[in-house]
Amino acid sequence: PAFGLFLFTIARDPLRIIILIAGAFFWLVSLLLSSLIWFIAVKASDPQDERLQKGLLIFGVMFSVLLQEAFRFLYYKLLRKAIEGLVALSEDGCSPISIQQMAYVAGVGFGLMSGAFSMINLLADALGPGTVGIHGDSQLYFLTSAFMTMVLIFLHTFWGILFFHGCEHRRWWEIAAVVIMHLTVSGSSFCNPLYVGSLVPSYLLMAAAAAWAYLLSGGSAQNLRRFLLCKW
Amino acid sequence: MITFMNNSDSEEEPCNERTSLMSAESPPVPSYQDGLQASEAGEAQAHRKRRTGSSRGPNNITGGEMSGSGVPVRESALENEEEELTLKYGAKHVIMLFVPVTLCMIVVVATIKSVRFYTEKNGQLIYTPFSEDTPSVGQRLLNSVLNTIIMISVIIVMTVFLVLLYKYRCYKFIHGWLILSSLMLLFLFTYIYLGEVLKTYNVAMDYPTLFIVIWNFGAVGMICIHWKGPLQLQQAYLIMISALMALVFIKYLPEWSAWVILGAISIYDLMAVLCPKGPLRMLVETAQERNEPIFPALIYSSAMMWTVGMAKPDTAARGSSQQTWDAAEDGREHLQSPSHVESQMSETRSPVPTRPVTSLEELEEEERGVKLGLGDFIFYSVLVGKAAATASGDWNTTLACFVAILIGLCLTLLLLAVFKKALPALPISITFGLIFYFSTDNLVRPFMDTLASHQLYI
Repeated sequence: PAFGLFLFTIARDPLRIIILIAGAFFWLVSLLLSSLIWFIAVKASDPQDERLQKGLLIFGVMFSVLLQEAFRFLYYKLLRKAIEGLVALSEDGCSPISIQQMAYVAGVGFGLMSGAFSMINLLADALGPGTVGIHGDSQLYFLTSAFMTMVLIFLHTFWGILFFHGCEHRRWWEIAAVVIMHLTVSGSSFCNPLYVGSLVPSYLLMAAAAAWAYLLSGGSAQNLRRFLLCKW
Repeated sequence: MITFMNNSDSEEEPCNERTSLMSAESPPVPSYQDGLQASEAGEAQAHRKRRTGSSRGPNNITGGEMSGSGVPVRESALENEEEELTLKYGAKHVIMLFVPVTLCMIVVVATIKSVRFYTEKNGQLIYTPFSEDTPSVGQRLLNSVLNTIIMISVIIVMTVFLVLLYKYRCYKFIHGWLILSSLMLLFLFTYIYLGEVLKTYNVAMDYPTLFIVIWNFGAVGMICIHWKGPLQLQQAYLIMISALMALVFIKYLPEWSAWVILGAISIYDLMAVLCPKGPLRMLVETAQERNEPIFPALIYSSAMMWTVGMAKPDTAARGSSQQTWDAAEDGREHLQSPSHVESQMSETRSPVPTRPVTSLEELEEEERGVKLGLGDFIFYSVLVGKAAATASGDWNTTLACFVAILIGLCLTLLLLAVFKKALPALPISITFGLIFYFSTDNLVRPFMDTLASHQLYI
């Protein structure tokens, strides 16, 4: 689905593609820094201690979430500057791309990159012999991973919109809400392999974020109804 | 002796569109985009008609790597408008370059992952005589540095040679050299590649069919690259040639040498294009003086040129990678004992890959192409291919390098628009790519592996 999003909405306009790739790049850099921190922490600690390792891992995840949001903010700043440049250079004084579109594309960029990193190795392994969960792990590993990744990609997209909107209008509580939501989703994945604990809240949060983002983008219940009715 | 001239001096000199508009007679100022760019512009101006066939030949620069960087030089005649147009079309240009670079990388990565031939170590080129199978780390490092020095000096020699030839108007010689190189490349390496792919998938093909297929492929390729042909077909051929070259590099360069060479090449690129006495810069300036397009055969051009009053496909895009190889037959290597010493390779002349040059179409504001040297394509693909072949983090590392290279390309094009001069295309992208490769392989991979095993999500 994320790839479909990409094809239909982004691939047309080259500017959006650039923003997408840049968004992916920022996510990558944040991942790099957070794994650097984790790596240092692991090396500095005792490798034998199981609980400590687990604790460090949790710490690494939280830190990474915070870093991701920080980089989203940095990216927002960069895009603001870029928009000013574009406006100055365009002929009729208005920017060829609006900040909301940028927010959407940036969110998709983040999401795609994080999804790719989460899934690609799994997919490559999935081409191999079909032995899932043979050591007593859950047999639904691949399915749940796929769903989780998809929900995460969508979430990143919505968070992008919410985050940028919050920065635009200086509503700090929106930004804080995004950060808290991100932390919650990551935290809920700690309940794996008890999948009920992680997938369900994530989907609920995603629905909430989707509705919120939709409202922010100017949609409303009426628009929705009209859209659906036309289609019938 | 295998002389590997992989340097395509692709100096792109973007022609000033403005100037051409202003005064049709004045020679367009070529700007280099990652190689040869301006040549297109100049070509577009006055020599369009004439240059179709012949200018291509001599323009193929073999040898030395040309740092592909071209920044379109824009005359300040209508600078503001130009800037607007630049930025307006800027995104489009970037995408026009993204697509072929991505395609090339995809081809290389797909081949590396599936055909095992290209990851086996069956010897080395003569250009890299020092083996890396030494027991100690220091010795290995020393060997790779020596390899790099040899390779870079070969490249420099070839580049200077090419520039001299160009300066003294030995066009026939260059032309013949390039044709020979592309001939070898199209036929020989395609044959080997096809053989390996068929072997991997266990498909049998008889010799007559093989002969016909390769003959057709090679003949059409030669015509397309050196003469006229549909733009897309030409671009496709250039991409395939770059991919083949990159695969050869990946196979025959030892591990550490490859990384050191990549780093050294980008430094060389930087110097060769920006220093006043650099060979690439001299090449560009000479071509500018003579108002000729620079080696279109070594450049990838992404747009059609529309001249005033006549619509003509961008012939400048004919730059094919000219690689002069004096490399020996790869085939012969397989038969020999797999010693770590360089195997005897027959020399094949491979033309120096030219970087695609993006030419700016001046006259009309229609399609402005961007030119990138083919050598740039090749080295980007070598980086990503090596990442795919040797990294244990597999796809993560490859993906990270891919994104890094694309961002580097973006930045280079941005600088191009700002500076309006020929710029080296390699340094920024390769630096990003190297940083990301090493950091992803060593830092991110354990992190992601641990996360995945616990099924945590960040």
